[in-house]
Amino acid sequence: MTDSTNILSIRNVYKVFGDQPDTAMQMLRNGESKDQIFDKTGQTVGVFDASFTVKKGEIFVIMGLSGSGKSTMVRLLNRLIEPTAGTIELNGKDITALGDADLLDVRRKEMSMVFQSFALMPHMSVMENAAFGLEISGIERHERERRALEALEQVGLGEHGSSFPHQLSGGMQQRVGLARALANDPTILLMDEAFSALDPLIRYEMQGELIRLQKEQERTIIFISHDLDEAIRIGDRIAIMEGGRIIQVGTPKEIMSNPADEYVETFFKGVDVSKFLKAGDIACKESGCTIRINGAVQPFDPANSQFGYLLDGQDKLQGIVPLNEVDASDSVDALLSRQVKQHQSIYSDDMIKDVIKKVANASYPVPVIARNGRFCGVISKDLLLQTMSHS
Amino acid sequence: MSEFNLLDPFQFLTIPLGDWVESILNYLVQNFREFFRAIRWPIDQVLEFSEAILQSIPPLIGIILSSLLGWQLAGKKMGVFCAITLFSLGLIGVWSESMTTLSLVLTSLFFCVVFGVPLGILSARSDRVERIVRPLLDAMQTLPAFVYLVPVVMLFGIGNVPGVLVTIIFALPPLVRLTNLGIRQVPEDKIEAARAFGCTPKQMLMKVQLPLAMPTIMAGVNQTLMLSLSMVVIASMISVGGLGQMVLRGIGRLDMGLATVGGAGLVLLAIFLDRLTQAMGERSDTSNTLHWYETGPVGFFVRGYRSMQTR
Ligand SMILES: Nc1ncnc2c1ncn2[C@@H]1O[C@H](COP(=O)(O)OP(=O)(O)OP(=O)(O)O)[C@@H](O)[C@H]1O
Ligand SMILES: [Mg+2]
Repeated sequence: MTDSTNILSIRNVYKVFGDQPDTAMQMLRNGESKDQIFDKTGQTVGVFDASFTVKKGEIFVIMGLSGSGKSTMVRLLNRLIEPTAGTIELNGKDITALGDADLLDVRRKEMSMVFQSFALMPHMSVMENAAFGLEISGIERHERERRALEALEQVGLGEHGSSFPHQLSGGMQQRVGLARALANDPTILLMDEAFSALDPLIRYEMQGELIRLQKEQERTIIFISHDLDEAIRIGDRIAIMEGGRIIQVGTPKEIMSNPADEYVETFFKGVDVSKFLKAGDIACKESGCTIRINGAVQPFDPANSQFGYLLDGQDKLQGIVPLNEVDASDSVDALLSRQVKQHQSIYSDDMIKDVIKKVANASYPVPVIARNGRFCGVISKDLLLQTMSHS
Repeated sequence: MSEFNLLDPFQFLTIPLGDWVESILNYLVQNFREFFRAIRWPIDQVLEFSEAILQSIPPLIGIILSSLLGWQLAGKKMGVFCAITLFSLGLIGVWSESMTTLSLVLTSLFFCVVFGVPLGILSARSDRVERIVRPLLDAMQTLPAFVYLVPVVMLFGIGNVPGVLVTIIFALPPLVRLTNLGIRQVPEDKIEAARAFGCTPKQMLMKVQLPLAMPTIMAGVNQTLMLSLSMVVIASMISVGGLGQMVLRGIGRLDMGLATVGGAGLVLLAIFLDRLTQAMGERSDTSNTLHWYETGPVGFFVRGYRSMQTR
């Protein structure tokens, strides 16, 4: 997240399916439940008082079981489904109040959608499919084919422009679906269970692809999923829905450590924390002894540690020394000459699951370093085991 | 006069429906002559135009052109098939009559498409229109042709133009029905995707609904053609020319030879048109991967031209 301004704010949005939405809304205001309303009037409450904000450049995942209203929620955002009440603001502009022409403009320029069923046009080639949104916007042929090809290349299908959808595998078809959405260069990408129809391996690959694309382009993505592992892997923040309500919004770590209710807690039970915690989240400063060596060796306290971590003036790691071989009176050069050869280190944004091997194989707690080079702390084998046994 | 009998009230209680119809017809004939002439005009134009073209093409050229068309649409086999059927038409000596019938059929097809496809689109878009149109179509399909043959003659006279008119009435329904069906059958997710990318209703129709409904619409065209052909025989009773006329005259004079020749001509023409429109329907199907200009005789020339250029 480079920029934390809100791009989308959803306030008190309701959706009632049926022919008497006003009656249902009145009953909701009187505090009657979804089920009561359905029994009395036959109206289905699809989304109930949803409020949340989406930040620019984040992947925002909406999660929930089948029938919890996820698909309804995203379709309210581009008004494929008309909200019954509430406001949806995109960059400060109220979408619910737009006229037909402005709404078409939003759909053409601001929000593109990727579908679970791919929804490619069977009578169009892959190239024409990728250029579909641009064609609808009235972009002339040459320009739209150039942009469509660019989008196809981004998803690795540059060679397949003249094929037809039915000649491609499911994974490739969904790449076309993704390219069609990317070609429009939308501000927000809406993805409704975009990877659910794919087999696990391809799905994993596509998730990686999406993360890569999002890093390159810093696009805002709203991703619907009913798969917690998927949500945790790609989501910067997650909203949990149940029965049309948004129950909790937060980062995976926040929700995990502080679930709003029992439902969320059971949802997250058995989740593998190593999949969403990053090295920086658990790195510990106390368990390693830091030794400052700017100019001269600063005084340090070797108690309860076996290794010392040599830091220069900018907090950059210079080496690791076994504390039993040095003492406080040594010179900088003497310390440096005794350091562990070719020590390992971990970046603070590495996932825990990716560093397990490194930590297990090292004879010392492995230092964690931020991308800008600063020393953040260390991860010892004990710390790693404690973290993993948390769930 | 007998007493009024409650058990059989219809001795006194009758609606003179027949009289009404007759007087309405008389009224129409006397007061709306111009209007009916105006209806005649476009039909006359299209009919004359198509007949003039079809009759002026020498048979051999006609055979070659249509087999090239068949080849283009459905491959070499189809081309050979077209050539054989048309050649047989010429062999049994009904080339000229066939062309007259063909022009009648094509004219009625033209008007069926002009009115039927938009009507089908309208009824696919609105359930109310469909509710109104459906019984009308039922009536057009089930009403015996003889019932409207007489009023049409009273209003339009006899000849090819009223013949085309009754053919249109009889052959229009399947095209409307199948256009409606084809559009309603377009998968919901494609419609949703098109809406999500900002299609206007017109773009939705032209770029998504019609292309995806095309195979079904082509099946409707096929049905319309077949019905037109069968109607042409009945229409020959109001002195419509062509193959139907041969059959009618053959039956009238108990000349089985003449009737059989006419009938055989109709069957050959029907097979020819059926196969050709079916091939067109398959072309519009979605599993086609080559562009039309990459196949058939056109593809042959395009490839030749390309290889000349690269040399
Ligand atoms: N057009 C509609 N008319 C009536 N009810 C609807 C309509 N669309 C959705 N619903 C109801 O709204 C609720 C939420 O449906 P929705 O499709 O949003 O769920 P979902 O979370 O996307 O489920 P899934 O994971 O199965 O896709 C369901 O109870 C559904 O029956
Ligand atoms: Mg859904």
